[in-house]
Amino acid sequence: MLINDGIPTKEDIVKVTPSDERFAEGPVVIVECFQEIPCDPCVKACKRGAITMSGDINALPVVDYTLCNGCGNCISLCPGLAIFVVDKTYSDDFALVKLPYEYVPVPQAGQRVMALSRAGEELGCYEVVRVTTGGKKNMTYTISLAVPQEVVMEVREVRYTRNGS
Amino acid sequence: MIKNVEIMVIGGGPAGLCAALSASDLGVGISAPDLGVGISAPDLGVGISAPDLGVGVLLVERDDVAGGQLVKQTHKFFGSEKQYAGDRGIHIGQMLVEKAQADSNIEIWTDSTVLGIYEDGVVTVLHEDKHIKVKPERIIIATGAAEKFLAFPGNDLPGIYGAGAVQTLMNVAGVKPAERVLMVGAGNIGLIVSYQLKQAGIDVVAVIEGQPKIGGYLVHASKIRRAGIPVLTRHTILEAYGNGRVEGALITEIDESWLPIPGTERKIVCDTICLAVGLSPLTELAWQAGCEMGFIRELSGHVPIFDENLETTCPGIYCAGDVCGIEEASSAMVEGRLAGINAAASLGYGVSEAEKFRKDAMIELEELRSGDMGGHIRVGLEKMYARCKK
Repeated sequence: MLINDGIPTKEDIVKVTPSDERFAEGPVVIVECFQEIPCDPCVKACKRGAITMSGDINALPVVDYTLCNGCGNCISLCPGLAIFVVDKTYSDDFALVKLPYEYVPVPQAGQRVMALSRAGEELGCYEVVRVTTGGKKNMTYTISLAVPQEVVMEVREVRYTRNGS
Repeated sequence: MIKNVEIMVIGGGPAGLCAALSASDLGVGISAPDLGVGISAPDLGVGISAPDLGVGVLLVERDDVAGGQLVKQTHKFFGSEKQYAGDRGIHIGQMLVEKAQADSNIEIWTDSTVLGIYEDGVVTVLHEDKHIKVKPERIIIATGAAEKFLAFPGNDLPGIYGAGAVQTLMNVAGVKPAERVLMVGAGNIGLIVSYQLKQAGIDVVAVIEGQPKIGGYLVHASKIRRAGIPVLTRHTILEAYGNGRVEGALITEIDESWLPIPGTERKIVCDTICLAVGLSPLTELAWQAGCEMGFIRELSGHVPIFDENLETTCPGIYCAGDVCGIEEASSAMVEGRLAGINAAASLGYGVSEAEKFRKDAMIELEELRSGDMGGHIRVGLEKMYARCKK
């Protein structure tokens, strides 16, 4: 369980997963934030107002998936690195997952990295499609990774080393 | 010679810096020369300094740079925009220090240690190798906290550190302090330092935690878990072993009464063991000054008794930040601001704005503490205010 080992359960994930219909429309955000902590930068991060919080800054963020266009602006702005974007319309076999990255070295587009699950298990080597920087102050990179459709809801981390391991 | 100051802030961390800045904002140090300290009307002229009256705010920091623990907090902070949420601790620290340095009402002494607070209100400081007497009108104690240690066989082996010390080595000194680390404690410090070790290319074998639940923010735990670091709750360290330095640790699962479960012991090979098992308020100066002290478990031990204005039982001595209860840096910044406002207002500064600023700070603190994670602080403060009224 999340509270004992840091791994969100299937039930946790279901709560923050958009509908299949929404996935069919294109990229969409998945906010894996399950604990009420005083934190609200995601609300300001979304220029479209898709992320809101009721009451005070301890409330869990609520996403209006009809407003979210999957831009991913919120990914690097979440202090908890808990926001991801999934695009199941990327291709027939592959889906795109955008995730935050704060390690060195930073992989470049076209390079292959090891995809890891929420439990840190290896899910296979896949290609980085795009890397965007959060800028000088933010410093968090957003990595877009093309992975097989069937693992896109599992991949939440990448590991990249210069020697390719 | 005695140096006169209006407000002396002891400690240049998040609480101390914010205390100095908010006091200055209310006009401390902008005195009209013909009025005495503390009875000046800031409206008479912004920027009219009165050197013969001494400085407005004196901030004394023991380290060679101000910033406190912020100087090594490379992660992004939580909270709301008002507490700079989303900015990295190091950048918040830099911003606060630069603001304080550029503020002509604030004098900063680094590499300086406060030695004592005396009955007649004189504070002695070791500054530039000299023993200096300072006479402040008000004192704000913002001395922070120290890491706790843990008793187990082998805990004196080289290679056993407080997690904060390892963080200093990595993020301040730029030293890679280890190859393989066992982290003891899954509070925010244990989780964050584990993440930063991983960022520095260091293996963290596991984070072990005696409690059945992870104490820190779960987003931090998830972040390190998906990077491959196991977080083992209900586990403790039995001993550290090694010939002349740490070569490993023996860990075990524990039951509900915190007793080791036989057969669950296992060896962890590591060259470093980091202890992140809590912090104790650094209250020596408050004790020495004669503040009434109280043991409040939820605030992490002995703390000075203070009222809603953060004033201790010694009139004119305020406290802010971890010294009056271990919390996050975001709360420390707001508490500092609140103590600065109250100390300044008590000297007659910014009386018209003080009430609004005070209210704003109280609302922010309430907000920061209102969630699940603030439960123990709320209980601690209730006990505090009950004690205070007696």
